[in-house]
Amino acid sequence: MEMQKLYLLVPLAPLVGAMIAGLFCRVIPRWVAHTATIAGVAIAFIASVIIFKDVLAGHTYNGAVYTWLTSGDYNFEVGFQIDTLTTTMMLVVTFVSLMVHIYTIGYMQEDPGYNRFFSYISLFTFSMLMLVMSNNFMQLFFGWEAVGLVSYLLIGFWYTRPTAIFANMKAFLVNRVGDFGFILGIGLVLAHFGSLDYQTVFEKAPELAATTINIWGAADWSLMSVTCICLFIGAMGKSAQVPLHVWLPDSMEGPTPISALIHAATMVTAGIFMVARMSPLFELSTTALSFIIVIGAITALFMGFLGIIQNDIKRVVAYSTLSQLGYMTVALGASAYSVAIFHLMTHAFFKALLFLGAGSVIIGMHHDQDIRNMGGLRKYMPITWITSLVGSLALIGTPFMSGFYSKDSIIEAVALSHIPGAGFAYFAVLAGVFVTAFYSFRMYFLVFHGEERFGKADDAHHHEHHGDHDDEETSHDHHHGLAPGQKPHETPWVVTLPLVLLAIPSVLIGFIAIGPMVFGDYFKGVIFIDHHAHPAMEHLSEHFHGAVAMGVHSLTSLPFILALSGVVVSWFFYMKRPDIPAAIQRRFSAIHTLLENKYYFDKFNEAVFAGGARLLGKVLWRGGDVAIIDGLIVNGSAKVVGWISSITRLFQTGYVYHYAFTMIIGVFVLMTLWINRA
Amino acid sequence: MSTYPLLSLAIWIPIFAGLVVLSTGGDRNAPLARMLSLAGAVAGFLITIPLWTGFDVANGGMQFVELGAWIPRFNINYHLGVDGISMLFVVLNAFVTIIVVAAGWEVVKVKVAQYNAAFLIMSGLMNGIFASLDGVLFYVFFEASLIPLYLIIGVWGGPNRVYAAFKFFLYTLFGSLLLLLSLMYLFINSGGSFSILEWHKMPIALGPQIWLFLAFLIAFAVKVPMWPVHTWLPDAHVEAPTGGSIVLAAIALKLGAYGFIRFSLPILPDASHELSAVVLGMSLIAVVYIGFVALVQEDMKKLVAYSSIAHMGFVTLGFFMFSPLAVEGALVQMVSHGFVAGAMFFCIGVMYDRVHSRQIADYGGVVNTMPKFAALFMLFSMANAGLPATSGFVGEFMVILAATKFNFWVAFAAATSLIVGAAYTLWMYKRVVFGDVTNHHVAELSDINKREFAILGVLALCTLGMGLYPQPFTEVMHASVNDLLRHVAISKIQ
Repeated sequence: MEMQKLYLLVPLAPLVGAMIAGLFCRVIPRWVAHTATIAGVAIAFIASVIIFKDVLAGHTYNGAVYTWLTSGDYNFEVGFQIDTLTTTMMLVVTFVSLMVHIYTIGYMQEDPGYNRFFSYISLFTFSMLMLVMSNNFMQLFFGWEAVGLVSYLLIGFWYTRPTAIFANMKAFLVNRVGDFGFILGIGLVLAHFGSLDYQTVFEKAPELAATTINIWGAADWSLMSVTCICLFIGAMGKSAQVPLHVWLPDSMEGPTPISALIHAATMVTAGIFMVARMSPLFELSTTALSFIIVIGAITALFMGFLGIIQNDIKRVVAYSTLSQLGYMTVALGASAYSVAIFHLMTHAFFKALLFLGAGSVIIGMHHDQDIRNMGGLRKYMPITWITSLVGSLALIGTPFMSGFYSKDSIIEAVALSHIPGAGFAYFAVLAGVFVTAFYSFRMYFLVFHGEERFGKADDAHHHEHHGDHDDEETSHDHHHGLAPGQKPHETPWVVTLPLVLLAIPSVLIGFIAIGPMVFGDYFKGVIFIDHHAHPAMEHLSEHFHGAVAMGVHSLTSLPFILALSGVVVSWFFYMKRPDIPAAIQRRFSAIHTLLENKYYFDKFNEAVFAGGARLLGKVLWRGGDVAIIDGLIVNGSAKVVGWISSITRLFQTGYVYHYAFTMIIGVFVLMTLWINRA
Repeated sequence: MSTYPLLSLAIWIPIFAGLVVLSTGGDRNAPLARMLSLAGAVAGFLITIPLWTGFDVANGGMQFVELGAWIPRFNINYHLGVDGISMLFVVLNAFVTIIVVAAGWEVVKVKVAQYNAAFLIMSGLMNGIFASLDGVLFYVFFEASLIPLYLIIGVWGGPNRVYAAFKFFLYTLFGSLLLLLSLMYLFINSGGSFSILEWHKMPIALGPQIWLFLAFLIAFAVKVPMWPVHTWLPDAHVEAPTGGSIVLAAIALKLGAYGFIRFSLPILPDASHELSAVVLGMSLIAVVYIGFVALVQEDMKKLVAYSSIAHMGFVTLGFFMFSPLAVEGALVQMVSHGFVAGAMFFCIGVMYDRVHSRQIADYGGVVNTMPKFAALFMLFSMANAGLPATSGFVGEFMVILAATKFNFWVAFAAATSLIVGAAYTLWMYKRVVFGDVTNHHVAELSDINKREFAILGVLALCTLGMGLYPQPFTEVMHASVNDLLRHVAISKIQ
């Protein structure tokens, strides 16, 4: 009984914080807003730790909180499923959220929307917790869209900035494209399983494994494949997989704390979580898994390439997030669900760290985000420097650090997978290792090492906006920078403390967790793998001989060599011989243009989908409604009525004999009919 | 069951209040007229609450029945009653009347008594429609309710109001004539009964069923309005004053849909099955086609009017899939649309009162001067886009899920509203509310006052409450919807 109250407390505490900060944002002082929300999230974190221990002791839970709706034979409930997968996500979400809340005190210090911001991030935490704790598809969809809403609100947080309000709408709509597939998937689940409860659906899944449905023509489609692909389209939207990835880079218009929390550590991993949660369904469709592994591989590699040419510090991290989400998706496709969740967790720590580090750099640089204007920051911002280095090393998979264990497990799992597409995926994730190391250290070197390029007088856009005081409060991230001669400065403790606290798990969590989480019984009964059809994980565990052995062994392995060469090449290119990348850029200008334009996805979408929809709307409106329905039919029938009445008017001559004559004819006709009928 | 004639009171209290308000005469008594109107509307709402609280959810039949002879010679009766399908609309209608009276409080300055009286009388007449169990009584209420709405648009409307009122009147009149003919046919062939419940039971051959179905379809499709007889609605909305738009969207559009479920389905079950594809097709066109049309509107009221048509597409879609989930989803959508569309039109009215323009291009950056308004407008826009935890989600979700079972491609087409609905709503919101202040009108805007805040706040609570806990709304429907669907499944051809 006690535990159930605690389960409720986890999402509700942040909700209460959000309501205090949100509903009264205009009357309460700042300290009330951040105290209330931080207290809410801290309570949620502590409660999550207690629940985690309880679950480890074997006490899982699955039950309803209240009945949302009943209709026909269906019962829709709001309820919780508490198991190791849920608690893992709860810990990650509440911990990162707590770090971000603290960090925000420093980052948003000067912003007039301070209280509103705290309200949003707490509301996000609530929504995300409802999503991961759900025991049914309906509530999952609730949380799914609710986090999308908060993401929308936060990307457009600086609502006067045209780029921000474009980006947030784009994010919402692209996510809605994913949700379109998702809701069809949920509809198929309800139609064929008769319930939206995970437990009921998963138990019934093997019975329906061979079911086919007729969707198009005479062909029989596997129910599982169609359902799983529809559900995965939802994940593609939320977890930004190609081609629905286009919203994530633009989401960097939002303040940096939410880039760390929402667009790196938690919300974007909801799709990964969802597929892992649905493993009993996805395991029944190799077709869907193949689709997933290919999409993931494309995202992992090609989004990584884009990271190489970015100059905005946040965008580099954003593309790296896209690429890492691709890695997680590849793991899902290889049926290595536990590895995907493991990478999700390690990534949440080191990517949140990298983002918050980038935010710290941005504060230090007075809101200049261009890495070409940085350099040599390690002298001025030592804590940010060290923690960012830790984050980067973890990201590229340095042996014994958290990212190493998760990423290497993914690569190994893909190597052992035999589903169609696994060969391509293996190539993509291997090549991705080099790319990741290259762009990560390109950024690291350009920011923290080398020549100090900041405070230059020729920083044109800085001057242009300096006198613009109206703008100063609301438009924050861009348009500023260091004045000539000004030096960057280390950020206050509320900013650096979260960096340090995130750096610790970024180093250690992989080493600690890999044994139990990936190769142990941690996810027993939660994640289901058909070892007969997809034996990759089983083979992988045969090779595993402990975390230390894995680290030592890797030092001679291909991924390590690739990562190391990525670092060395980027050092050589950007520290030693900066003329080389410039020459390459000139030499391969076609490829550079392709990358600059992000493979033309945005232009294509803008022209074909957005433009097409507007054009279609205009055609249907002007052509259909105005011309045909109103012009032809409505006004046309009015004209016909007018025409008929103009004719009948001819009969209304006013002469009695005309009327009498007409009457006689009428009576005659009627009588004839009457007689004939009889 | 209550011994008071609650339904009669729900009908006649607002009408009586309307007549009292009318008697205050000219505008020098405007404050009195307002107070009396509010009192009448509140009394009318309070009297409907026992309908919900005293409703027996296990009973699928008619409740709170009142029966008395009206014109014995033609067997026409004053026969009232509500079931799980109609009860909520009586309550919703009475609730919306309060909103409407409050919405016009300071805004309507000419012919105040007449304005409020028109709404009160209309409210009573519409309750009559939902409560009538006699064909003639239904028809009288159905037609009479047109008159106040016609006057509201024609007298207090915008510059092009005469055209709009006329188009509205002609369109609906055309449908009404077919309805009357159908009722006469049913009277004659039922052996002289105007009882709707008798008609539910009478056998009819397939041929006449088809003809009657088409007549009903035209009559009710105009009111819903369904594609392609929808073009009067955007014009009517554009010209109507805010209160008129609210009633039009929240209640008047429900009358056509209610006609389908009270007449077409139970009286003509075989024709309903035969011709369901036609209605489903028209509904899906409404959802998809109208969605794209809404996207390119430049007038906010037109945009929301088109979005209303698209949302009502879900209602007719749900009715003709003949499953409890679909039908209840459609009914939920009807109630929700009352809150959400009503609120959207009120929001536009709030801006119109200040700037005197409905053009999207005349706005931009409203959030800077009206932050409280922007927050509430955001909530209703999201509800309009069907965001979970708002009422706008519940009905669409139920209908889409039911559609997947019915036919994957029907669900596919319906689910596009997730994208298109979000696109037109958020694009409008972005252009109107976000951004820098674009002109001096927007710069001079004052945020919502206490009255406006109260109206939007109450509607926000309704929207959120229904989104988070729709069970109280659906549990009253179950028995009646199940009875209806059992009935519709049985052929009437003998």
